[in-house]
Amino acid sequence: MIARLADGAARRSLWLLAAVFAALVIAPWAVNDYLLTVMIVALYLAYTGQAWNIMMGFAGQLSLGNALYAGLGAYVAATLFTRYGVAPWLGLLAAIPVAVACAAIIGFLAFRFGVAGVYFAILTIAFAEFARVGFDHFDFVHASAGLFLPVAQYTHDDLWRLRGNPTMFYYVMLAATAFAFLLSRALLRGRIGYFWLAIREDEQAARAAGIDTFRCKMLALMISAAVTSFAGVFYAFFYNNLFPEQVFNISQSIEMILGPIIGGIGTLFGPVLGAFVLTGMAESVTSIMSALGFDLPGAKQVFYGICLLLVVVALPEGIWPPLARRFGIDKAKQ
Amino acid sequence: MSFAVYLNVAVAGILTGLVYGLMALGLSVIFGVVRVVNFAHGEMMSMAMYVAVLLFAAFHLDPLIMLVPIAAVMFVFGYLLQASLINPFITRPEHSQFLLVVAIALIIVNTLLIIFGPDAQTIQTSYAYDSFQLGPEIVDASKAYAAAAAIVVTAALFAFFRFTLFGKAIRACADNYTGALVVGLDVKRFYALTFGIGAACVGAAGTMLALIVDVTPMLGPAYTLLAFVIVITGGLGSMAGALVGGVLIGLTEAIAGLLFTPSAKSMFSFGILVLVLLLRPQGILGKRSA
Amino acid sequence: MSRIRIHPNRRRVLAGAAATAATIAAPTIVRAALAPLKVGVILPRSGFEAGIGQDCQRGVDIAPAILKSLGLPELTIMNGDTESNVNTAREHAEKLISDGAQLLIGSFDSGQTTAIAQVAEQKGIPLVINVGSDPQITEQGYKFVVRNFPTVPMLLKDEFAEQAEVFEIAGVTPKTAVFMHVNDLFGTGMSKGIHGMKPPYTILEEISYDPAARDLSVEVTKAKAANAEIMLVVGRLSDAMLLTREMVKQRWTPQAILSWGPGWYENQYTKTLGKLSDGPISLVPWYDPNKKLTGILLAAFEKAFPGLNMNTNHVYTFEALLITADAYKRAGSSDPKALAAALHATDIKDNVSIGPGIKFDAKGQNIGLRCGAVQNRGGKQVTVAPREAANAKLEWPMKPYSERI
Repeated sequence: MIARLADGAARRSLWLLAAVFAALVIAPWAVNDYLLTVMIVALYLAYTGQAWNIMMGFAGQLSLGNALYAGLGAYVAATLFTRYGVAPWLGLLAAIPVAVACAAIIGFLAFRFGVAGVYFAILTIAFAEFARVGFDHFDFVHASAGLFLPVAQYTHDDLWRLRGNPTMFYYVMLAATAFAFLLSRALLRGRIGYFWLAIREDEQAARAAGIDTFRCKMLALMISAAVTSFAGVFYAFFYNNLFPEQVFNISQSIEMILGPIIGGIGTLFGPVLGAFVLTGMAESVTSIMSALGFDLPGAKQVFYGICLLLVVVALPEGIWPPLARRFGIDKAKQ
Repeated sequence: MSFAVYLNVAVAGILTGLVYGLMALGLSVIFGVVRVVNFAHGEMMSMAMYVAVLLFAAFHLDPLIMLVPIAAVMFVFGYLLQASLINPFITRPEHSQFLLVVAIALIIVNTLLIIFGPDAQTIQTSYAYDSFQLGPEIVDASKAYAAAAAIVVTAALFAFFRFTLFGKAIRACADNYTGALVVGLDVKRFYALTFGIGAACVGAAGTMLALIVDVTPMLGPAYTLLAFVIVITGGLGSMAGALVGGVLIGLTEAIAGLLFTPSAKSMFSFGILVLVLLLRPQGILGKRSA
Repeated sequence: MSRIRIHPNRRRVLAGAAATAATIAAPTIVRAALAPLKVGVILPRSGFEAGIGQDCQRGVDIAPAILKSLGLPELTIMNGDTESNVNTAREHAEKLISDGAQLLIGSFDSGQTTAIAQVAEQKGIPLVINVGSDPQITEQGYKFVVRNFPTVPMLLKDEFAEQAEVFEIAGVTPKTAVFMHVNDLFGTGMSKGIHGMKPPYTILEEISYDPAARDLSVEVTKAKAANAEIMLVVGRLSDAMLLTREMVKQRWTPQAILSWGPGWYENQYTKTLGKLSDGPISLVPWYDPNKKLTGILLAAFEKAFPGLNMNTNHVYTFEALLITADAYKRAGSSDPKALAAALHATDIKDNVSIGPGIKFDAKGQNIGLRCGAVQNRGGKQVTVAPREAANAKLEWPMKPYSERI
C-alpha cells in the first residue's frame, strides 16, 4: 500500500524522504537528552501542523482553534487513565469521537450558515476559548487546579501505558508523524483530494460542477480533528500535567499552524520542514543568547518574531516550494 | 441583590464598553477598509498605553489632554507600518497576512517587556480614586471621563468619514476597490491613511484605558480578541456598530459577572459571538456584503 | 508613583558587582577547596509571571556574599527561564542539566515546578524547591526532590491558626466574611481548604475571578453588597491592586482584609498605593524578624535594593541556596546521590523563615515551617503573629479608605 502511495512521486523526492526518515530514526543515539526533547517538540509540531494542513492546505479552511481538539484528546485520555486506569491507546479510541463530534458541530454550524474565511477563523477561536474557560470551571477534571498524571519512572518503557524514557516518546511521535504524512499523501491523491483542491480554488465553481462541498469540508474538518486529538493524548502522557489555561490557549493553536505556514501550506513536506525550522530557530536563538551572556527575558521572542517576519515577507509560499524547485522536484507531484 | 447593585454594575459595564467600542472602532476601520485581519490590534493599543504612562511619569500630563498627541503618534506608526510592511500583503492569502501581524504582535509585546519590565505600571491622576455618588449609585470618575472622551472621539471620526473628502474617499476604497482605482484614487495611500486612522483610534482608546487599568506588556492579546468579538458582534464597517458592540459586550460581561461566577464571564462574550456569527453574521448594525 | 525600569538589569548588575566584591574581600574559611557547585536556578523570568521570577532572583543575587561569610562553599549560578510555561520549564530544566547543572532550584509556579521535578527525578539531579505549594509534588515518592516551602494543606492549617491568633489579639471574632479568590490552582486549592476548616465566621458570598482580569469592579460591587464584616482573599499582586482601588472608588472598607496568599505585601503594592496600602493582613510564610540570620539578610537586602521590602520570595529563594550550600559542604562531593542524601539530612536551626528550622521528612518536605501574620504599615510589613515572632501590635479595624485620601 505504501508502494502505491509512492507511485508518481519523483525519484529524487523519494530518496530525500528516505534520507530524512533515516536521519530521524538514528537521531536519538546521536543527541543528548535535551536535544531529544527539542526534537520531540519539533515532531509534535510537525504532526499537528500536518493535521492542520489537511484542513487548511487542502480544503482551504483557516482554523485558528486546533488546540481545542488536542485539548479534548488530552483531557479525555488523561481522565480515563487517572480515574479508571484505561490505557492511553484505548483512551484514544474514546478521544477521537469526542474531537470529531466537536469538529462536526463547528463545521455544521459554520458551513450551513455560510460562515467562511476570517469569520470561520474567529468562530474556531471562539470555540477554543469557550472550552478553555469552560474547562477552567469543570470540576470533574480538576478545573483550573490542573489534571496530574502519576509520574513516569525511568526504569522501563511501557508502551501500552506510555510511561518511560523520552526515547520511547520520540519514536511514538516519529511514527505518528510518518503516519500523518502518509495519510496526507493518500488523501491528496484520492478523490477527496481533488474535490478539496477544487473547493480551495473556487468553491462556487466546485459546487456548480456537482461536488458536495458541504460534505467535503466537513470531512476535512473531522479528519483533521481526529488526527489532532492523538497529539493531545501524547501531550498528556508526555508532560503529565494538564491545565486548561495552557492546553486550550490560543498560543497553542498559533504554534501549531506556524510550521505549515512557514514550511508551505498545501504541500506534504511543508509542515514537517516548517516545524523543524521553527524549533531549530527558537533553540539557536536561546543558545546564542546564553552564549553571549544575554539574560534579557523577552529578547528571544523578539528575535523569533523578527525571523518569522523575514520568512513571511521574503518567502510567500513558504520554505519548501522554492527548495523543492531547487532540488528539481516537481511541485505538482507533491 | 438590590436594584441599586445591578444599576451600579450596569453603568460601569456600559462606560467601560464605550472605551472598548472606541478600540474596536479602530479595528473596524482597518478591517472594513483595508481587509487586513489585524491581530496586532491589542498590542498596538498597549504601545499607546505605555506612551501614556511614560508621558505621565515625565510631565505629569493628564492622559485626556495627551489624547491628541498620542493618537497622532500612533497615526504615524500605523501609516508607516501599513505603507512598508502590510501593503504588499493585501493581495496575499489570509494566512500570510495573519502570520505577518502575529509576528508583529510578538515583536511588540516582547519589546515592551524588555523596555518596561513585567511589573504593572499605573497612571495615578489626581482623580484616580474619585467617584461620583448619586443616591445609591456610585460612578467611577475615571471611567466616566474615559467614556465621555470615547464618545467625543467617535463623533469626531464619524464626522470625518461622513463630511470630509478624505473620509468619503476612504469609504469609496472600502466599497469598491476597482471602482476607486478607476476614479483615480491612490488606493494604496488611502489604505495607509486608513490604517493610520485605525491606529490613532486605538491610540486614543489606549490612553483612556490607561486611566482605568494597570498597564502590563501582556495585555495586548486579550484586547485583540476582545476587539474582534466586538467588531463582529456590532457589525463590520459600521462605526455605530462598533460602539454598540462595545457597550453590549461590556454590559454582558458585567451582568454575567454579577449573576454567575465572575471568572467565567468571558464565556458569555464568546457565546454572543458564536450566536451572532451564526444568526446574523453581518453583525447587529452591519450591512450584508456581497 | 510608577517606576519605569528603562534599564532593567542595572540593579542586578550592581548587586552582582557588590556580591563579587564582597566575595573577594571576605576571608575564605572553606575547607579543602571544594569546587563551586553548578546550581541551575530556574524561575519564570518572562511571560505573565515574570515579575515574581525576577523578584525571587533578588534573593539569589544577595546570597553569595552571605553564604561565604557563613563559611559555606561557593555556588556557580546558572540561570534558567521557564517563560511562565510548563513545557518550556521542562525543556530548560533539561538544558541546564545537559549544560552541567549539578542541582536545580525552582520554580514558584506549581505546574512548572511539577514538570521540573519530573525531569530532576528522571535524571537523578537534586531539586530544591524554593516556592511552590502544590502538595502532589512531594507525594510522588521522589528521591531527589526536597521542598522548603509549605504545601497548601500546611498553609491552610497554619494560616488558620494564625488567623485565630489574630482574632485573639484583636479581641474580636468576626461573624461574617466575604471570600474572594483567583480561579487557578492555588486559589481553588485554598478555597476548598478554607471551607473544610470550618471557620468561626460564616462566608456570606464567595467570588472567584479570573487571575488575568483587568477590571474587578463587578466583583467588588458584589462583595460590598454582601455586607460582611471582613474580607478574605486569595489572589496575587495585580488583583490586590485592582481590588484595593475599586474598594476606594466604591467607598467600602471592611473591618479587616485577610489575605491567605501573595500580592498584598509585595513592593509594587505598597509603592503604588502609598497610604492606601496600609491595613491588610497577610497570612503567609515569612521571615522571623527575631532571628540572627534574618538581620544579616535584611541588611544585605536593604543595601542591594534600597527602598524595597524583603518578602517571602526573597527569603525562601535565599534559603534554597542556603540549603544547597550547606548540603554540599556536608556531602563533600558533587555526586548527585551524595547531594540528595545530604539534602535529606539537612538540619539548619539558624535560618531566616519562621519555625524551628529547616529539616525534611521522608517525603522531602519541611514540615516545621510556620506562617506568620504580617500587616502593612507605613509602606512596610510588620509581624503581628505568632507572638514569638512578632515585632509590632496589630491594628484592628482597618482605617477606612475614605479617611486616608
